[in-house]
Amino acid sequence: MVVDEGARKMSDLLDLMLLFAKIGLVAVGGVIALIPEIQREVVTIHGWMDAHTFATLFTLAQAAPGPNLLLVTLIGWYHAGLAGALVATFSLVMPPAVLTYVLSGAWRRLRGAPWLDSVQNGMNSVTVGLIAAAGILLVRASAVSWVALALSIATTVVLMRTKIHPLWLLAGGAALGALGLV
Amino acid sequence: MTQVRQPPTTGIPTPSVREIFMGFFSIGINGFGGVMPFARMMLVEQRQWLSADEFLDALSMCQFVPGPNIVNLAVAVGSRFQGPLGSLAGVAGIMAAPMVIVIGAYTLLMQMAESPVVIGALRGMSAVAAGLVVALGVKLALPLLRKKDWLSLGFTVASVGAVGGLALPLLPTLAVLIPAAIAAQWWWMKGRAR
Repeated sequence: MVVDEGARKMSDLLDLMLLFAKIGLVAVGGVIALIPEIQREVVTIHGWMDAHTFATLFTLAQAAPGPNLLLVTLIGWYHAGLAGALVATFSLVMPPAVLTYVLSGAWRRLRGAPWLDSVQNGMNSVTVGLIAAAGILLVRASAVSWVALALSIATTVVLMRTKIHPLWLLAGGAALGALGLV
Repeated sequence: MTQVRQPPTTGIPTPSVREIFMGFFSIGINGFGGVMPFARMMLVEQRQWLSADEFLDALSMCQFVPGPNIVNLAVAVGSRFQGPLGSLAGVAGIMAAPMVIVIGAYTLLMQMAESPVVIGALRGMSAVAAGLVVALGVKLALPLLRKKDWLSLGFTVASVGAVGGLALPLLPTLAVLIPAAIAAQWWWMKGRAR
């Protein structure tokens, strides 16, 4: 069977664009809150990668400097190379950026309005749930052993009780793993 | 356009497009494990483009609009000083270096994908990264628990259950939960005011 490479590539890019443009517009509470939805789309629905690969890409995005949305850059790269990385990132960023641009002029009049409190509290309560769901999902995907699960729990506890920089914990996890202990 | 360009209230000269790019570039490259603290340091303390209050104000707007908060912040700050070009410079600045770094790191790791050391290190890091997200969720939920804000917590539990437990799609879930949560908060606030 002859596959038209160019056409397939275009359709890959179009898939990425539509998916992340849609996801960007429902991104209440930042990129972490979107993890369950992104995973559902790229792992369960489209089958571009398995849950373990997804968790690995998320880990790299966390370990790198810069915004959390690098997860989306990496998904684009994984699926369709450099063009995919650019298209996925741009599609996620652009629609909300336009909204922000328009709203930033009007915000001075909006803020302090009594209804805004209700809107922010309401959105916040749902967002917290999305982030918790993201945590559960990532723990499930990365718990390849009892030690890995214990490491996730220990990280949570340490972060709740100390002000240690997360990068040290990531480095510690990498060291334990490199020694073959996880 | 609703956009009004204003000079910094801190008395320093209006940053140029190039300065906006460089400023956000430095946030992107320094922001390990969360860029927002670095953004505040750069914008409020080092370059003094915004006062502390202006920063909080801009941040609350960026959290209100959907999308990645830091990118929205780059748009808002850039547009305030240099209009659309300023916004573009801010977004390009914050994304450029991190994108190159993360793609480079990924490519490098995949070259060594067979190495048990790399596989192990990624396993360990993934477990920690998952724990970071759980901790974030707990930290955000704690104030609601302390305030005994059962109304908000009810919606938090509903959203964990719908998205985490039942794996429902996000769009319809939010279309139901967000208006319901806002209406409930509004109704509760009215009730208290009376």
